[in-house]
Amino acid sequence: MWALSLMFVSGLLQATEVHEFQLDNGLKILVQEDHRAPVVVSQIWYKVGSSYEHGGITGVSHVLEHMMFKGTEKHASGEFSRIIALNGGRENAFTSSDYTAYFQRINKDRLGLCLELEADRMRNLRLDATEFAKEVNVVKEERRMRTDDKPRSLTYERFKAVAYSSSPYGNPVIGWMGDLDSLTLEDAQTWYEAWYAPNNATLVVVGDVKPAEVFALAKHHFGALKPSKQPLIKARAEVQQHGTQRLTLKLPAKLPYLIMGYKTPVLKSVDEPWKAYALEVLVGILDGGDSARFSDRLVRSRQLAASAGASYNLHGRLDAMLVLDGIPAQDHDLDALETALLAEVELLKQGKISVAELNRVKAGVLASSVYERDSMFYQAMQIGILETNGVGYQALDEYLAAIQAVTVKQVAQVAREYLKMEQLTVARLEPLPLETEKKPPASRSGLRGDKL
Amino acid sequence: MRRLLASFSLLLIAPLSWGVPQIQHWQTQNGAKVLFVPSTALPIVDLRVVFAAGSVRDNGLAGVAQLTNNLLDTAAGDLNAQQIATQLEGVGARLGLESLRDMAVLSLRSLREERFFKPAFEVFNTILQQPRFEQSEIDRIRKQMLISLKNAKQSPSALASKAFYKAVYGTHPLASPPGGTDESLPVIQREQILAFYQRFYVAKNAVIAIVADLDRAAAEALAERISSGLPEGKKAAALPMIPELKKAQLIRIQFPSKQSHISIGQAGMSRTDADFYPLYVGNHTFGGSGFSSRLMQEVREKRGLAYSVYSYFSPMEQAGPFEMGLQTRNDQVEESLQIVKRELQKFITEGPSAEELDASIRNITGAAPLRIDSNKKLVQYLAMIGFYHLPLDYLDKFDQRITSVSLAQVKTAFQQRLHPDKMVTVIVGDQTVEAANEQKTARRN
Repeated sequence: MWALSLMFVSGLLQATEVHEFQLDNGLKILVQEDHRAPVVVSQIWYKVGSSYEHGGITGVSHVLEHMMFKGTEKHASGEFSRIIALNGGRENAFTSSDYTAYFQRINKDRLGLCLELEADRMRNLRLDATEFAKEVNVVKEERRMRTDDKPRSLTYERFKAVAYSSSPYGNPVIGWMGDLDSLTLEDAQTWYEAWYAPNNATLVVVGDVKPAEVFALAKHHFGALKPSKQPLIKARAEVQQHGTQRLTLKLPAKLPYLIMGYKTPVLKSVDEPWKAYALEVLVGILDGGDSARFSDRLVRSRQLAASAGASYNLHGRLDAMLVLDGIPAQDHDLDALETALLAEVELLKQGKISVAELNRVKAGVLASSVYERDSMFYQAMQIGILETNGVGYQALDEYLAAIQAVTVKQVAQVAREYLKMEQLTVARLEPLPLETEKKPPASRSGLRGDKL
Repeated sequence: MRRLLASFSLLLIAPLSWGVPQIQHWQTQNGAKVLFVPSTALPIVDLRVVFAAGSVRDNGLAGVAQLTNNLLDTAAGDLNAQQIATQLEGVGARLGLESLRDMAVLSLRSLREERFFKPAFEVFNTILQQPRFEQSEIDRIRKQMLISLKNAKQSPSALASKAFYKAVYGTHPLASPPGGTDESLPVIQREQILAFYQRFYVAKNAVIAIVADLDRAAAEALAERISSGLPEGKKAAALPMIPELKKAQLIRIQFPSKQSHISIGQAGMSRTDADFYPLYVGNHTFGGSGFSSRLMQEVREKRGLAYSVYSYFSPMEQAGPFEMGLQTRNDQVEESLQIVKRELQKFITEGPSAEELDASIRNITGAAPLRIDSNKKLVQYLAMIGFYHLPLDYLDKFDQRITSVSLAQVKTAFQQRLHPDKMVTVIVGDQTVEAANEQKTARRN
């Protein structure tokens, strides 16, 4: 069998250059050409998300994202979406711990329209009290759907809250329900004024466009917007952890669930960059496909896990965790799964990794870099995330070579350095029975639920 | 994320029309249907082989279709599961196996270069043509599927969906739960899996879709190689008629969740339905277009009652469901239900406004190039066209057919095809809260 070589893939990928511009008001513009279809992906990225929030206002970045569709001085509530729809576009937005982004996918000749509308709501949002009250209710429904009624999502939320002592990553992106209850229009207004400015944003455009034309359009629509000074966000670095932390959730559910997270640095913060890439490869060895260790050993050979996964985000903004998770197979329990996952970590520390395994991970990464070219949206996402997290889109160019350079010894070394028991947080979901047929309560005092 | 299910109906319907690439079409020697579009922009091959072998073919043995599909890559030829995975991933290839209600899918994505593609394609053919269905793997996958069933039981939306299909389709094969049941899975025997494979994974029951950086001769050779390793066999038999719903049904399932999940609907339309275009465009206005849809406006934008609310037709070979759905806090169920029902009745009676119809047509036709802006999307559309026997000019004519839909056609189609007085309503949630709320409302009144 042939190994995939870096040189081969680099040859395949024509230099897909990112063109960079900046307006006088600070707006950064990143353009990548893709001429396969007469369409364009346009994304505006703001450097704000839940990790910028402090206690009491968690979720405000995400609520504000919703409010961004509720009208400006020029356009009534909902008109943004209506105009894009009439022009055959698709649009939406998303918020994470480190960014808030808005996007359109549309015919290339409508890019100007998107930029005009985005520029308008970057500075001229009109926050209305009635709309706000309704939208907070919508977000609470979103929270119930995504987190409260999903046992594993809820476990993950509480896992993060326990794992991080001082890092803002302990707060959920969607916000605590209590904070949503008390969130005010003024909170959203303050947040908007603080963060929505050209000098805190990046425009990413990928598609059938010429970089100079995109720059001209952006200048036309965003050029007149005034920059502003963003508040200084304190670092709130995660404190040193001194021993394994544990939590247990007992929830109505059918399946138990285990999460194990080790505190790890990111590419931005690590003392030597190769270590971040070695952690990325480590995750690939455990969970890089059907041939990887978790599938091979835990799911198929030993049949200890119904599923098991590993994840690590080397391009994050702040230090976070390398996370392992899994659902025990029938006839096995959380203890057995935890023991098995720890044993897998131990093998990595001892350097028991074959070169064939390592090469398979590298082949997967290289092949992905070709397949990713099939999605303009994904390419724009990568650029936007790297830029907004302060890593820089140039990290994409380094990525392939850095992964290919990782050795077995290096993987073992980072396993020993970071995957330590004293850096570990373990969360367990222990199911309670679901079949709790209850009679309707006779009086209001017996009511359950958030509020009535 | 602001919208979870924004373009739900578009995903399910998948039309396409802009700058439509010429689709090449032929049959292999033993009768598999092939659709091919050469694409030189990227050095990759996308293959999608589809059989009429979904859960509608379970024939009383719920889950056998999915079990069969899941087992393909666990032992084949002289390879075991680990060898299969290792060989594919060693050359960076991606294998996909899916088992849906009406179809079973095998897909492969690989780099085109011979030294990567060839070993990946060999493994792909081995999986498809020589699966061994070993007893130990059957037992393992069966356990996996039982775990999936447990997972579905802790999800109110999965519970609602299961109950909805059961109530809408009754004894029809479309009601057969693709993942099987706690009763059916343990009794499925190896011979039954083998028989299922031998009956349905055959050339005459197959559609091969290829989007690749290859010329016609190379694509023909690929298709022959896939097809010639399968027996000729015969097409899957026609499915029975879908029984009509006689009266409205309300199904309540108690579940300790904060939200109730509501599904309302009936059998909808098939891919080749005479009313396909009016129903598609009409639903886009009613509940399929995300933010501008009537349901979204009334339930979310005006009242903040739900995060996600939608309606869709899920067209299949036969009439897949028409479903309206939303999730809301338990004490808001009655209010939400009334709004959805009222809006549907209003839409059936009055139809869309001229402005709404125009907006829907502009949105659908304006998005044409977005639907085929990647090889991945294109190969899915090819498989769909082949599987549902859509005419080859389907793509070219799509926009034209959307544009020619009139107000009267939408109104007539909705009036003739949707019957609110006979629809199924499923509510899964904490009904102790809901009941208490009704008492409270009664007291206030």
